[in-house]
Amino acid sequence: MEKFTSHTGIGVPLRQSNVDTDQIIPAVFLKRVTRTGFEDALFSSWRKDESFILNQEPFNRGSVLVAGPDFGTGSSREHAVWALKDYGFRVVLSSRFADIFRGNSGKQGLLAAVVAQDDVELIWKELENHPGTQITVDLESKTVTCGNLVAPFEIDDYTRWRLLEGLDDIGLTLQHEDEIAAYEAKRPSFKPTTLPVRN
Amino acid sequence: MGRTLAEKVWDAHVVRKGEAGQPDLLYIDLHLVHEVTSPQAFEGLRLAGRPLRRRDLTVATEDHNTPTLDIDRPIADPTSRTQIETLRANCKEFGVRLHPLGDKEQGIVHVVGPQLGLTQPGLTIVCGDSHTSTHGAFGALAMGIGTSEVEHVMATQTLPLKPFKTMAITVEGKLRPGVSSKDIILAVIAKIGTGGGQGYVLEYRGSAIRALSMEARMTICNMSIEAGARAGMVAPDETTYAFMKGRPHAPQGEEWDAAVEYWNTLHTDDDAVFDAEVFLDANELEPFVTWGTNPGQGVSLSQSVPDPDSFADENAKAAARRALTYMDLAPGTPMKDIRVDTVFLGSCTNSRLEDLRAAAEIIRGRQKDPNVRMLVVPGSARVRLEAEAEGLDQVFKDFGAEWRFAGCSMCLGMNPDQLAPGERCASTSNRNFEGRQGKGGRTHLVSPVVAAATAIRGTLSSPSDLGAVPAAAGTSGHSA
Ligand code: SF4
Repeated sequence: MEKFTSHTGIGVPLRQSNVDTDQIIPAVFLKRVTRTGFEDALFSSWRKDESFILNQEPFNRGSVLVAGPDFGTGSSREHAVWALKDYGFRVVLSSRFADIFRGNSGKQGLLAAVVAQDDVELIWKELENHPGTQITVDLESKTVTCGNLVAPFEIDDYTRWRLLEGLDDIGLTLQHEDEIAAYEAKRPSFKPTTLPVRN
Repeated sequence: MGRTLAEKVWDAHVVRKGEAGQPDLLYIDLHLVHEVTSPQAFEGLRLAGRPLRRRDLTVATEDHNTPTLDIDRPIADPTSRTQIETLRANCKEFGVRLHPLGDKEQGIVHVVGPQLGLTQPGLTIVCGDSHTSTHGAFGALAMGIGTSEVEHVMATQTLPLKPFKTMAITVEGKLRPGVSSKDIILAVIAKIGTGGGQGYVLEYRGSAIRALSMEARMTICNMSIEAGARAGMVAPDETTYAFMKGRPHAPQGEEWDAAVEYWNTLHTDDDAVFDAEVFLDANELEPFVTWGTNPGQGVSLSQSVPDPDSFADENAKAAARRALTYMDLAPGTPMKDIRVDTVFLGSCTNSRLEDLRAAAEIIRGRQKDPNVRMLVVPGSARVRLEAEAEGLDQVFKDFGAEWRFAGCSMCLGMNPDQLAPGERCASTSNRNFEGRQGKGGRTHLVSPVVAAATAIRGTLSSPSDLGAVPAAAGTSGHSA
């Protein structure tokens, strides 16, 4: 996973609460065999509507999604996070995230930052009045900067640390590679191997 | 204080103890792979530029999507074909041993592991499939995992896991004729409920479990997940060793002796304490059957469809009502009056040679109800070959059943083997969820011998409902 210290990109105001994962990515896309290439699947039913925010310049080039409360509820599909990332989002701001979505985000390097709803409202206004405004999200100082507004955000310490270090679960485990190797060296020789193939 | 079997296996695999509420890092001895839950995991490795850490502890097979007819032709359904082709390409790229459709070791992943002798006591075994619990029958700690975890195991051969609680399921006594291990586990689930095992590893013990064959123990451990448990286990014993000895990947010579010495330590200590205990009297058990749409909604075959109002709990009442509507059943209907359209003998629960033998024994020389369609799907290509060597295929064919190639088949209907809407099926599989075997299909979970008796009578039946075999019949298909 890439290290996340700070990110600056175009903010996208999504004035919606309770955006569930079925909206983020409908079930029909779960039959795919890849973990990438879900950009077209993101919000696919909403995107059929021309007035949807992601169908408008410059929001279609956005990388910081600013959503209403209770983002990512419903089904646990990890595909929701994959789709957001594939589209180009690095950060989602909301005053409340569903637990599973937040967990999945942390695993995949998408920053789910909790911002007070009052600040979300201010950011929405700024983005709507000045489309294309860049938002800077700084994970070191846990602040969001948008125009003149500087607002704090919350994230749990463990996830923050993993993101700052660029550690996914796998990366984290691999930090203990020497311990894994030491364990392997002590495994009894009667334990089975699948190779070479025996008949 | 002594330790339980599950705790011993856990402790032996801790690579790193978790500090302050963090999970333990456990080493994984064997990773089983199939086409449905692996593609994104392989893709993850590729994107991160990570190698597969231990391809020599990994083995793949094709099972969920594979057709059971015309297996030499290209797979007709394009999504199924893509998943299979993706698995083949991934295994080639990462050097994973694969048993593809047509190979003699191909089959349902949980049938393949034990038959190759890869499933052994004291191992940690994972697979991106909830019925990985099957392998616990050997005294292994075997768990189903999600796609991210599949990738984690591929990259590190470990998994961060939070410790579990332990539950003893003690079954004492002797099973009556016609009653099998499927009836034990269905009775256990009906007793503790589909959430009763949540957060637990179950250990099946007692004289009735000791008396069971490995195949029968696998049937029980297989359905641990239907009780909500993380895993199910049986301590290894002489039955386990006899099953394993001589299998391709079982230890040999001195290694075998060293292994057995270790395996003999894998039992719950006398002074160990379980977090929960459940008792079942095997002498009392009758053939069991489900009436509803979750595996906990079951009764003895001699009983009737329950009245939803008879349940104390409001949720259970509502669930029963909904289930009876879906199943199109009226309260009070004797289970044995229920007519079925299809009988499915197969799935990782009951598709091993012993299951096929038990069913064949019942139908030999008898006639199938003409209105019933019966599908017999061996769990693996090897099971199919062994059954054919005994002439079981002929017994099934003479009876009028369809003798198919190996795979998951009608257990979940990802391939063409599905129930039509409204069709009713007596199935030896493990899940009777709405639409599991095909949209609108209705499933009654049963044992192989009940499935066989049902195919003869056309209504849910136990072997004891059958009369004597007609004298003139049974001239073909005797064991070689
Ligand atoms: S037979 Fe059924 S339960 Fe078993 S692995 Fe296949 S689909 Fe899953």
